[in-house]
Order: sequence, then C-alpha cells, then structure tokens
Amino acid sequence: MSIPATHAASPSAPPLLDVRGVSLSFKGVKAISDLSFSVARGEICALIGPNGAGKSSLLNVLNGVYVADAGEVVFQGEHFRQIEPIDAARRGIARTFQNNALFRKMSTLDNVLTGLARHTRSGLLSQALRLPGARREEARLREKAEAILDFLDLQAYRDFTVGSLAYGIQKRIELARALVSSPTLLLLDEPLAGMNAREKAEMSAFVRDINRDLGITVVLIEHDVGIVLSLSDHVVVLDYGRKIGDGAPDAVKSDAAVISAYLGAVH
Amino acid sequence: MNLFLETLIGGLLAGTMYSLVAIGFVLIYKASGVFNFAQGSILLFAALTFVTLLEKGLPFVAALAVTIAILILGAIVIERTVLRPLANRSPMTLFMATLGLSYVVEGAAQGIMGAQVHALDLGIEDVPIFLGDVLISQFDLVAATTAVALALILALLFNNTRIGISLRAVADDTRAALSVGINLNRIWQIVWAVAGIVGLVAGMLWGARQGIQFSLSLVVLKALPVLIIGGFTSIGGAIAGGLIVGAAENLAETYVGPYIGGGITPWFPYFLAIAFLYIRPAGLFGERALERV
Repeated sequence: MSIPATHAASPSAPPLLDVRGVSLSFKGVKAISDLSFSVARGEICALIGPNGAGKSSLLNVLNGVYVADAGEVVFQGEHFRQIEPIDAARRGIARTFQNNALFRKMSTLDNVLTGLARHTRSGLLSQALRLPGARREEARLREKAEAILDFLDLQAYRDFTVGSLAYGIQKRIELARALVSSPTLLLLDEPLAGMNAREKAEMSAFVRDINRDLGITVVLIEHDVGIVLSLSDHVVVLDYGRKIGDGAPDAVKSDAAVISAYLGAVH
Repeated sequence: MNLFLETLIGGLLAGTMYSLVAIGFVLIYKASGVFNFAQGSILLFAALTFVTLLEKGLPFVAALAVTIAILILGAIVIERTVLRPLANRSPMTLFMATLGLSYVVEGAAQGIMGAQVHALDLGIEDVPIFLGDVLISQFDLVAATTAVALALILALLFNNTRIGISLRAVADDTRAALSVGINLNRIWQIVWAVAGIVGLVAGMLWGARQGIQFSLSLVVLKALPVLIIGGFTSIGGAIAGGLIVGAAENLAETYVGPYIGGGITPWFPYFLAIAFLYIRPAGLFGERALERV
C-alpha cells in the first residue's frame, strides 16, 4: 500500500471531507453553528473542545445519525445535506461510538464479521444452501476478519462473548469492526476514553498504524490533549458549537483563543 | 403410570405445535421489537392459500412453492407499506399497526379464498400407535418431528450464515447495526418472510387436524402464554414454553379436570403464564431489562 501524502504536502488535492457551514440545533439549542473545515486524504484530524462543544454531534452528522439544519458535507466530491447511516457505511465512512455500541451477546469474531455487511453480495438463499459463490465470498470475508483480528491483536478474544470482556478490549473490538469494512474515512468518538496509560499508548499506536499502514483517513475526538498533539496531523478546536481553532497541532497549541477556551482550563 | 406417561407425551407433542406458532412471533420480535399481532392471520392466510392451490389441482410441492413465493412477496409489501413508514415509532404504534394488519390480511384471505372450512389431508394417518406400552398419536409424532426439524434449520440459518449474523446484530443493537452498514429493511423483509413460512408450516399442521378455517388465526391466543413462559426473544424459549404449556394443560385436564368439571385446557396456559409473570417476568430464556440508573 502506498504511503499516503501528509496534510501539508498536497495543498492542491481536493479534501476527502469538506464540512461547509453546518449548523445543528436541538429544540432551539444550537449544538453546532456554521461550522466549516476540511480533512485532507490520509491525515489524522482531531476534534477537541470542552464537553458540549458539539464534537459528537458533528460525528453524528457525518455518518447520518443526525441531519444538519443547514450547510452541507462534501465527501469524495459528493455533496450531502442528509445521508442515511447505511449510505454513509456503503460509501466508506465507518465509525465507533463514545459509549461502545457493540453487539454484546455475540462473539468477537461475529462482531467483526458484521462490519463486512457492505461487502456482502450473496443472498440469504445462496448462503443457506452454501452455493459455491457464497462459499467463496464467505471464505474471503472470514479471512479478512481474521486478518483484522491479527492486526489489532485480538485473536485471544476471538470466541468470547463481547459483553464479558474488559472495556479497553471492547474499544479495540469496536475499532476492528469499523476497520474490517476497509473504510475510506474512520470516525472515532473518544477511542481512548476510560483507558489507563498503557492502554492509551497501545490504542494510539493502533490508530497511527491504521493511518500509516492502511492509508485510512481518521477523524477522532479525544480529550487527552497530550496524545492529540502527538498523534494528529491537524487539530480542529470547537467551543459552544463554533470553530475557534484549526491547523497543525503546534499552531493550535499556541493560539490564544484556544488556550483560554480549552487548554487553559485543563491544569 | 401409563396414563401419566401417555398424558405427558401427548401434551409434549401437542406442545411442539404451540412452539411452532410461537417461533414466528419470536423471530419478528427479535428483529424489530414488535409483537406481531398479525402472525395468526398470516398463518391463516398461508394455510388457506396452500389448501386453495391444492384444491385447484396443483401438486403438493408446487402448491408449497407458490405459497412460499406469495409469502415472500407479502413480506416485502408489508415491510414497504407498514414497517418502513413507521420505523422509529414507539412499539405501541407498531403493535397497533400489526393489529390493523391482522384484519387486512384476514379479510383479504377470506375475501379472495372464501370463508368455508377446507379439509387438508397431509397423508398422515391420525391413528395412535404403541410405543412400548404407551399409546401415542402418530400425527402428533410427525408434527413434533417437523417442528424440531424446522427449529434446527432456523438455528443453522441464523448461526452460520452472515445474514444470520446481521440479524442477531440488529436484534442486539439496531443503531450500531445501521452504522455498520447492515440493511435493516432487508433484514425485516427476510424475517417477515421466514416468520410467514414458519406460520405456513404451523398452519398446515394445525389445519390438517382441525380443518383450515377462520379460527386458525386464533392460535395467536395460544402462543401468548407460551411466549410469556419462554420469553419473547428466544427461539429455545419458545420451544421450551410450548412444551411446558402442552404438557401442563394435558396433565391438568386429566388429573385436575375431573374435580372441577373439565374444560381446563383453554384457560390453564394463562393461569400458568400469570404464575410465571410473578416469578420470572422475562420468561425462562428472555432477557431481563437492565437499565443503568
């Protein structure tokens, strides 16, 4: 796989994701107001900001869980005002949730297999009758799921019921489920939340590997500013649904408005 | 002792028929959280379609194939016209919609195919046979075998295919399933079609015994206590619940009936269901609703 271009290296290429003037409100309360930013292909973009800044809401707009009141999202050159979650998945937008949304009663492997829904061509009948085409597809997809389990070091938990596993492991399984669909864009909602230092280091290494080795563009929400600054190529800072900072990590770190709104509040 | 065994076995075998009806409910409840009141009408519709085709001179297998095709088509129509427009509404709204649907399906079935009673001969002799010293209905034996075979096929289908995995995923967490790219509408169509086919098999077996007629749709009322006892979300529970109800009502009729004047069968399952509601409200294998506070 080719090494993806970094954020700064390709200023002329169109962005993979372009958020244009998006607003969202709930019963009159503005969650996001007139937000615009773009994400270049191949970068890790971090969204940071205090609680309630609209970060998760934005992720929900990007994969179609919420519908924006105004503005549009351009993904791979296609314009959307409204997109259904299933269409988002089919177009290659995969995500994880802030509070894990795994299939708790199913095994790790089965959870990862569900992530392959968009790559399934065979129908129920050919699957049930185990027709040759369906069997070939099945073998190919299972191989893919196994490869992802290897990649994220999850083979040891392969046949365990997900609900019984530790929180940090569940976070990784959710990442595996999102990753197995070979997404173009991966949205991670607080992938490091609730983890200890060692788990955080592991997880951020995985995110970096996904980005570098698999060339997948990542948009993530994270509160641990130290990790965000070292992991990401590009940081967007939100406060009360508005963008107050946007740029390379070093530039954002020294921005006065950002410091007063967010970084300064973290002692 | 023989009387006891005969009563118990007869009850268990009859119970598999209740299980069969209950499985149709469980499938739909699992995938969409809807108690499908129309399952009884669909069962009637399926059996009536099958017997009408048979009477028109179609061979058994052809009639079966055509009926299944109609059921699949019906599932797609129901998903498009009833479920999809009402997606994300409250379970009560959906329940009311299936209540309405049950009248539409029942009315359509009788409007097109008439309201008279049809006899259905499946070629199984309803003569009791001896198994050791225990007298057992041959028909019940065939019906029970069919029910078990169908349950096994469903288990294979839902455990080993990737569509089965998708179905379990939808049952587990619908929101996550959508974000993963699982096509909820198609899962609904598949589940309603499969529930229809299960209903067809149940309708054929019940119909062969008591004739295919309007009252078949009332098996819904038989399934309700089975579901309360077994739990709404488990196929295994539906099977266990059916067996318990079948055995219990038969034993009660034989041993308690004479003292209180008989006629226990219609209400005893409900009595049992109420007892279960006190002890295990989620049923034997149902999920207890856990809520974080």
